[in-house]
Amino acid sequence: MSYTGTFRIWRGDTDGGALTDFEVEVNEGEVVLDVLHRLQATQAPDLAVRWNCKAGKCGSCSAEINGKPRLLCMTRMSVFEPGDVVTVTPMRTFPVIRDLVTDVSFNYAKAREIPSFTPPAELAPGEYRMAQVDVERSQEFRKCIECYLCQDTCHVVRDHEENKDSFAGPRFLMRVAELEMHPLDVADRVPAAQEEHGLGQCNITKCCTDVCPEGIKITDNALIPMKERVADRRYDPLVWLGRTISRRRG
Amino acid sequence: MTATARSTGSRGVDSPGRAAIRARTLRSDRWWLPPAATTAGLLVFIVYATVRAFQQQYFFADERYLTPFYSPCVSLGCAAEPGAAHFGMFLPDHPLLPYAALTLPFLLLFRLTCYYYRKAYYRSFALSPAACAVPEPHATYTGETRFPLIMQNVHRYFFYVAVLISLINTYDAVVAFRHPTDGFVVGVGNLVLLVNVALLWCYTASCHSCRHVMGGRLTHFSKHPVRYRLWTWVSALNTRHATFAWITLATLILTDLYVALVASGTITDLRLIG
Ligand code: SF4
Ligand code: SF4
Ligand code: FES
Ligand code: FES
Repeated sequence: MSYTGTFRIWRGDTDGGALTDFEVEVNEGEVVLDVLHRLQATQAPDLAVRWNCKAGKCGSCSAEINGKPRLLCMTRMSVFEPGDVVTVTPMRTFPVIRDLVTDVSFNYAKAREIPSFTPPAELAPGEYRMAQVDVERSQEFRKCIECYLCQDTCHVVRDHEENKDSFAGPRFLMRVAELEMHPLDVADRVPAAQEEHGLGQCNITKCCTDVCPEGIKITDNALIPMKERVADRRYDPLVWLGRTISRRRG
Repeated sequence: MTATARSTGSRGVDSPGRAAIRARTLRSDRWWLPPAATTAGLLVFIVYATVRAFQQQYFFADERYLTPFYSPCVSLGCAAEPGAAHFGMFLPDHPLLPYAALTLPFLLLFRLTCYYYRKAYYRSFALSPAACAVPEPHATYTGETRFPLIMQNVHRYFFYVAVLISLINTYDAVVAFRHPTDGFVVGVGNLVLLVNVALLWCYTASCHSCRHVMGGRLTHFSKHPVRYRLWTWVSALNTRHATFAWITLATLILTDLYVALVASGTITDLRLIG
């Protein structure tokens, strides 16, 4: 089944822009990215849109469809009725470059602020041994495709530009959790989670989890467990006492 | 369409550098419905619980059913219903002091600092944010970094107290099988109390702090097989924590209502055994 769909697409750059209407052919089985490619081929050859894999794996095609952060290549046209207007805008948390393309370097800067994997000094690469149950929690977080939709939707930075300095965002707080839970990482990451990466600013409202195309339970499995670890260290005198007496690391 | 020029000095999605889009949100679905429903649901419970906690009447039925809203009954006023007080009566009988004034504040704080209810009321009451990708109305935001919200970090203490209170509720449900004159009896009310207490345990055990205490805080599960097993069980429950949060609000109201209706003589408790 084919029909002509109405698309309202933001076109512009740092100087300003507007939502522009297009009538484009839509065919059965297509995703929003297919339609944007047809639009480029037929009416708007200069439309800027970033993509790579068209398989939900590279994380390049992040944008907002009808106001919701989504991957263009994983949003099926079948979720809309033929009469619906489909609005597509760039992500609204990052600076725009042109049309649907944004500058996501905020995320690369945040990634660099996290000290890398720190194995025990006495182990050489190749000698790493770990039990599957120990590394399983960290592995869930490795499914991340770095689409930054979670960073885009998080109200801490989306609604408050000034928090970008102090807040790493869900993707990178999850990176801290991944390393903190890793059986072979010996760095102490708990104080920095709160003091340097802004964990306390997260109010666990779960929008990051809601938009993650990989279905990672960011809030339940990374952010809340990290908040509990921070509470162990800073807000729980009993745990602090226990640690001081036994000096043991679980 | 006219081009939207960039306005300077704006905040949030209108900040300089971001795509200039006039609409604060372009969501076309009914995003306001979940927060509105949450607000309505929480208000129903708050109003019902407040009225009942201060009513000081109809809390003990058939000489054996004690409603969870009055457990443990430790006010001198509990003497009005012989057999309702299992743990002594020592609080003054005052209209502004609920008969279970020893435990109700802790249960309130347990739920107030619960990770799920935090999400629920941050979204529905504080609109922070009301829905994903819908701008919040606040000019500044510090999350849970300052007083009073930094106190959310002590949630685990209320969890410990809630475990004790759940034990008391369990005791209430068990002793309710004994009628002072008829001995061992089973009525519909017993089943109501049992279901209620079972669901309260599901809510309490699925708590994120419980998950952390059971094993979440460990780095090497392989060295602690028992705690790992406990952690897996709690984790399975934990994925349904929000569901239990809502179910228990409903069962608390229904259980209390059942006891109140029987106590006031509006309905009769059906005896199944005895
Ligand atoms: S749960 Fe925390 S990190 Fe995730 S979107 Fe909400 S505030 Fe941001
Ligand atoms: S955590 Fe999910 S939403 Fe966030 S960057 Fe990774 S894949 Fe994207
Ligand atoms: S194009 Fe690779 S994720 Fe969409
Ligand atoms: S009771 Fe909800 S997280 Fe603890």
